[in-house]
Amino acid sequence: MYYNEKIETMDRESLRKLQGERLANIVKHTYENVEFYRKRMDEAGVKPSDIRSIDDISKLPFMQKQDLRDYYPFGTFAAPMKDIVRFHASSGTTGKPIVAGYTQKDLDNWSEGVARCLTAYGATKEDIIQVSYGYGLFTGGLGAHDGATRIGAAVLPTSSGNTSKQIMLMKDLGTTVLCCTPSYALFLAESIENDPETNLKEDIKLRFGVFGAEPWTENMRKELEAKLNIKAYDIYGLTEVSGPGVGGECEYQDGTHLWEDLFYPEIIDPVTLQPVEPGQQGELVFTTLTKEGMPVIRYRTRDLTHLNYEKCRCGRTMVRMGRIMGRSDDMLIIRGVNVFPSQIESVILEIPEFTGQYFVTVDRVNNIDTFQVDVELRPEYYGDDMGRMLRLKDRLVGRLVSVLGIRPEIRIVEPNSITRSQGKAKHVLDKRLLNP
Amino acid sequence: MIIQQLSIFLNNEIGRFTEVTRILAEAGVNLQAFTLSEVSDFGILRLITDDNDKAIATLQAHSYAVSTTDVVYIELPDHPGTLAKSIEKLSDAGISVEYMYAFSQGNTASVVIRTNDVRQCNDVICQ
Ligand SMILES: [Zn+2]
Repeated sequence: MYYNEKIETMDRESLRKLQGERLANIVKHTYENVEFYRKRMDEAGVKPSDIRSIDDISKLPFMQKQDLRDYYPFGTFAAPMKDIVRFHASSGTTGKPIVAGYTQKDLDNWSEGVARCLTAYGATKEDIIQVSYGYGLFTGGLGAHDGATRIGAAVLPTSSGNTSKQIMLMKDLGTTVLCCTPSYALFLAESIENDPETNLKEDIKLRFGVFGAEPWTENMRKELEAKLNIKAYDIYGLTEVSGPGVGGECEYQDGTHLWEDLFYPEIIDPVTLQPVEPGQQGELVFTTLTKEGMPVIRYRTRDLTHLNYEKCRCGRTMVRMGRIMGRSDDMLIIRGVNVFPSQIESVILEIPEFTGQYFVTVDRVNNIDTFQVDVELRPEYYGDDMGRMLRLKDRLVGRLVSVLGIRPEIRIVEPNSITRSQGKAKHVLDKRLLNP
Repeated sequence: MIIQQLSIFLNNEIGRFTEVTRILAEAGVNLQAFTLSEVSDFGILRLITDDNDKAIATLQAHSYAVSTTDVVYIELPDHPGTLAKSIEKLSDAGISVEYMYAFSQGNTASVVIRTNDVRQCNDVICQ
């Protein structure tokens, strides 16, 4: 099922033509009306008349989160306040948040994006959609709410928290679709499991879940699908670009379709800032093609992923984005090779004898980069047999060389000697930054 | 006789070995023999103690990875030729030694031998 079949299955040539027209419009409009864009384009030596097709996008300068902070609150707005009908704000931990302003047309396009996602998952006006994303400045709650309203479903706006009431309403009203973060979904699933009053098979009518606002893995998907007896779908979005519904998966769960008629995605090498070969991993960059309130042009998301332009089995021609593999800020360049800690971590986790704890130390000795990775064994694999430990180490080195393209020095260290940090674990020490 | 040896995994850093001996001494554990094998990044400290249970508990409380291995332990009079004679018995029986180490105290030397078949080794050596 499609919400907007004409657009979602449009042949790519027509789509590129539409993208080119829309890009030319937004560039002209922002150049003429927003000082920030005029300044940046003048600095880059680009004029609106240079932008005639979507390929010309590579002439335009990039922007990033710091620009939105520097021009807080309204400096990158492209519509007068009389046309702004809504604000949202990002949840920055320090300093000023990112404030986004939306015109009515922006809200309509946003809810259409969510409606396309919900329809792709299989939702109809018959569904009861429980929105357990937070309502408020966060885009999750109202974004999902408007999209669900748009397809004519019955919205149950529980917002986040108060889990026992969430479960009660889910049972009594017969919720069929759950929208929330994947971590809250897991918490809900465990609460249902531990609730003697609730029998998942008999009392819960959920068909599928719409999970986003934080990165999640295939393993989490499997766990959620098993624990809640549902299909678990990804929804992607970010406040700077719009909100949830920049893209979503289809029934085949083989990549997240991005709604390219509204949001133009590019993948660049975060160091050279050049586009990567199609299908290669790099940093995701977005240009909003229709936004009026707060457009962004070549906005660097810092999210690392790849794009797949093959037509999907579902019939949609819209590009599919892979899983978010990490943040480009974390990237290391070692002996000229780009290395992401997330790659190292996933290799270590593949070999069950290692705990998955690791610490990377990069240094420069006699003008050559050194690259050392400390790892721990699970307790039962420390022992008297030195040969066995050395063989485990060789196995890890071999896997890392084939994935990273360069050879790290692996050091097996004593159990629990790698510091466990809470939250965003710090796994890297780049000594080259200390003594450049 | 067959006894249990402790193997402790150590980072190859200055002071790790002294640290272990200090911890054990404070716990009142006596070392009868020890050896340290190292590769570039780590080492294995092998110990014969007079109280393995206490040694294991103490080391684990300090987060060391400790494991036990069966080894053959013999005491020989400490004069030339006695060790060579014992080793000859092993090679005559076709037993290959993974590692061995000795510790001399007064008039006797303690010898620790690790082979892949500890029982056979013990039978041969005690003949
Ligand atoms: Zn599809």
